[in-house]
Amino acid sequence: MMVKVYIPRDMLAKALGADEVAEAIAKEAKTKKISVQIIRNSSRGLAWLEPFVEIETPKGRMGYGGVQLGDVKALFAADFLNGGKHKLSQGLVEEIPFLKNQERLTFARAGITDPVSLDDYISHGGFVGLKKALTLSGAEIVKEVMDSGLRGRGGAGFPTGIKWKTVQEAKGDQKYICCNADEGDSGTFADRMVMEGDPLMLIEGMIIAGIASGASKGFIYIRSEYPYAIDTMKEAVAIATKAGWLGVNIQHTDKSFTLEVRRGGGAYICGEETSMLESLEGKRGIVRAKPPIPALEGLFGKPTIINNVLSFAAVPFIMAKGAKAYQDYGMGRSRGTMPFQLGGNLNQGGIVEKAFGITLRELVEGFGGGPYMGKPLRAVQVGGPLGAYLSADELDIKMDYEAMAAKGAMLGHGGIVVFDASVDMAKQARFAMEFCAIESCGKCTPCRIGSVRGVEVIDKIVAGVDRAANATLLEELCVTMTDGSLCAMGGLTPNPVMSALTKFPQDFGLPKKKKLAAE
Amino acid sequence: MSQSLPQAKVTSDVEEICLAYGNRPDALIEILYDIQTKLGHVPESTLPVIAEALNLSRAEVYGVVTFYHDFHLNPQGKHVIKICRAEACQSAGGFEVIAALEKALKIKLGETTKDGKITLEAVYCLGLCPMGPAALIDGKPKAAIKPNKVNALVKELA
Repeated sequence: MMVKVYIPRDMLAKALGADEVAEAIAKEAKTKKISVQIIRNSSRGLAWLEPFVEIETPKGRMGYGGVQLGDVKALFAADFLNGGKHKLSQGLVEEIPFLKNQERLTFARAGITDPVSLDDYISHGGFVGLKKALTLSGAEIVKEVMDSGLRGRGGAGFPTGIKWKTVQEAKGDQKYICCNADEGDSGTFADRMVMEGDPLMLIEGMIIAGIASGASKGFIYIRSEYPYAIDTMKEAVAIATKAGWLGVNIQHTDKSFTLEVRRGGGAYICGEETSMLESLEGKRGIVRAKPPIPALEGLFGKPTIINNVLSFAAVPFIMAKGAKAYQDYGMGRSRGTMPFQLGGNLNQGGIVEKAFGITLRELVEGFGGGPYMGKPLRAVQVGGPLGAYLSADELDIKMDYEAMAAKGAMLGHGGIVVFDASVDMAKQARFAMEFCAIESCGKCTPCRIGSVRGVEVIDKIVAGVDRAANATLLEELCVTMTDGSLCAMGGLTPNPVMSALTKFPQDFGLPKKKKLAAE
Repeated sequence: MSQSLPQAKVTSDVEEICLAYGNRPDALIEILYDIQTKLGHVPESTLPVIAEALNLSRAEVYGVVTFYHDFHLNPQGKHVIKICRAEACQSAGGFEVIAALEKALKIKLGETTKDGKITLEAVYCLGLCPMGPAALIDGKPKAAIKPNKVNALVKELA
């Protein structure tokens, strides 16, 4: 009997040797004359267990974690193809607590299917949402998305339904759907995993957006740092087109939608939506002033829906199961689930999809198992390089847009980066300013020059030059950047800087705790 | 690479790439990637050719080439190591790995070794954040890099 062996084709699995392991298993099986079918599936998102090899057994899939080339012979000796015991055994995959305790809607197929198999996608609930959408009017689809409470997962948390409604009601001979897949925030990788692991779900979400708003053309703007996501998306677009899910007269209806994959040029700022539009038009990624909002004058001046990968990816579930099923998850005005991304110094990093309202402690200590190498946790940055640092005594905060904002922090795209006691927070603050200086598009002065001055002032504080006066200057500079910048790059860079300065003044050589003006 | 190619060949290659995108100016970034894949970098001599094909000014093309970190007006090393400098990798000892790489290669970030073999570049996040420090080496990802493994890694490329 043919044994099914699953080895992820995810970029992180590859970075840890999945390709070599897959090859070695195939070779060893051939030598031993055992018939195996190796399936390069998506990743479960249990990052610390990659390369994560799964074997299909009558009891269910058995997992082997962290498999290296040197383990392959021993795994065969332990009869792993029949679920045999080995030191890398993780038991039944579905029973691993990290996985079992999640509420996976967007990542429901993660690790289970072959990303570019149309059959796998359809047999696991794919295109049910789109089929439903094809029977509805644009306004009805928009209402469903609105009722679900879905908010933009890119970071700003703007209600997706309202954005869609604006474009749907806008007049225009041509409208566009743009997927912002320029996932540049450090500590975030959920977009990458969706594109590499379940690309047809993203395509389905974008087609639904097209039908809802009357847009016949879409673009997926993917950062060049994600070569596998680019390849997989292109492959999936071709597969979906061939099968009649994309193109003219989708599934023999009067609806048409085409998709094009575009690469970014390695500029962080192009994750800002107007900068992304400029880039899609082939120009320098210089931020546009708003208004006009892209929903009315977006790509090539036409009404445009711009959403993050995770926002589009949530839509097929909403259409298939109904707004209420999605709305039932979450708290307050943050409805549904969020694929949180655990990264940095943690024992167990990866994807944790949970309803909004879970605490940061449950995520980093419960799921993440705390920092590795035994040093205590000292700081957590939530929401990417523009997100605030939280200290170890703030971990009971609830992961919800409003609860985070009330603490001067932000949820952003759900990235969580953990630092242990060895971190120097003055260095982190300096890096935030330096990063802004490197990646600023240069259009507005507070961001372009403020960031350079920020690095200089922090250097002076650390060097002990007029510490108190320079700390005040840094605060004033941050206020100027917050109030005067054109977009979030310059506007939010003060978040990590001021939170580091306020919560960890000793790292700057400053004596007592300073109070934030807002407190 | 391009030095060995006569200008006439470079020009016709570039024109062909532009035409493959219907000479559409919005495809400029894709066009630049294709040129870079073909020639190794985007030589300045190609800019007027691109400008002519896409009906843009030379300044506009130059502006785009120099705005994006991915495009290079000058040749890079035979091998390119893009090492992550962002926060998640920092928390896992990323700066120590960068220091070890700089020491092993005797160059700084953004430089190429004297023999033209290896270019060391900074990148800001590869999305491998739970298992940092991470790098892209000639386009192939590598995660959980330890400073003491850097020498072996560099040797593999030499």
